[in-house]
Amino acid sequence: MASLKALKIRIGSVKSTQKITKAMKMVAAAKLRRAQEAAQNGRPYAERLEQVMASLAGRISGVGASPLLAGTGKDQVHLIVVATSERGLAGAFNTNIVRAARRKADELTAQGKTVKFYLAGKKGRVLKRFYPTAILADHEMGAIKKLTFDDARVVADDVIARYLNGEFDVAHLFYSRFVSALVQEPTGIQIVPVPLAPKTGANKVESTSGGAVTEYEPDEETILADLLPRNVAIQIFRALLENAASEQGSRMNAMENATKNAGDMIKRLSIQYNRARQAAITTELVEIISGAEAL
Amino acid sequence: MLHFELVTPEKLLRSEEVHMVVVPGTEGDFGVLEGHAPFMSTVRDGIISIYRSQGGTPETVAIKSGFAEVNAKGLTILAEHAG
Repeated sequence: MASLKALKIRIGSVKSTQKITKAMKMVAAAKLRRAQEAAQNGRPYAERLEQVMASLAGRISGVGASPLLAGTGKDQVHLIVVATSERGLAGAFNTNIVRAARRKADELTAQGKTVKFYLAGKKGRVLKRFYPTAILADHEMGAIKKLTFDDARVVADDVIARYLNGEFDVAHLFYSRFVSALVQEPTGIQIVPVPLAPKTGANKVESTSGGAVTEYEPDEETILADLLPRNVAIQIFRALLENAASEQGSRMNAMENATKNAGDMIKRLSIQYNRARQAAITTELVEIISGAEAL
Repeated sequence: MLHFELVTPEKLLRSEEVHMVVVPGTEGDFGVLEGHAPFMSTVRDGIISIYRSQGGTPETVAIKSGFAEVNAKGLTILAEHAG
């Protein structure tokens, strides 16, 4: 059995660990609220842009449209953008995203496609171990304190430039969708070429314009060409916002569990410590009594 | 009154009833009043003027990378930056 002193030290160390995890949990909870708010604030823009895009895409024939909408005509090289967090200690948050991305990559590889990766966030770097030659870029986001649209724009512009350069044909984005503070769902969406559901969306928008013919200035195609890169950026921005909220939610849970586990451990160690203390006292008493009897 | 919305990716900045909004469109400035025909336009980086009442002094907001849509519901401006 461990000595009394060793047990006492052990209890002390678990206690201070518990203090840290408890503090981290509370910080994560506070940050989660803010991140959730930011994710909500981003919704109106995305919704309206989507409506406009859908109504525009319904009016434009596929021929001669921007490559961002029509695609390159090939389906050979796939780019997987993996959005992860900059910090660990968030439970299985990053692992889940990376796993979802890898599953997609393996699936595509099995179909004979080429897969490349674009990492947004430090924790995606584990992918370097699995696909050392397929990492196209590693975008550092550690310096960002509060995520702004410009940060997403940088990523989007880079992705689009590479697309127009012919580096890939299709781009997917992997991130964690924020369902609730307890549930985060790793999700993959296609961002390039821009997927649009023109029919249903167009009808909806048509009805809001009261049946009148909408005028375009400049023409539809120019407007669409202007909006397409913006759509890619907003998709990435939303993903990053959801990711931020998910990260905090995941961390909150992980730290909550860690705090609970530390509590259990302290209880167990305390019992062990008390037993050892009592055993020591008993031994001492027996020694004293037998000493007295011997006299 | 015209229903006017100014939205950035980070926030819904304005959602209010106004008299008129003057927008710097790519092909020239245009003013939007209530009952304007459906219209879509890209917007130059510049200043939009919001008139709360007829003949009043306008409130100005600088926007960047904008896009304007007018439909039966009103005017919506999507801008990457505003303020």
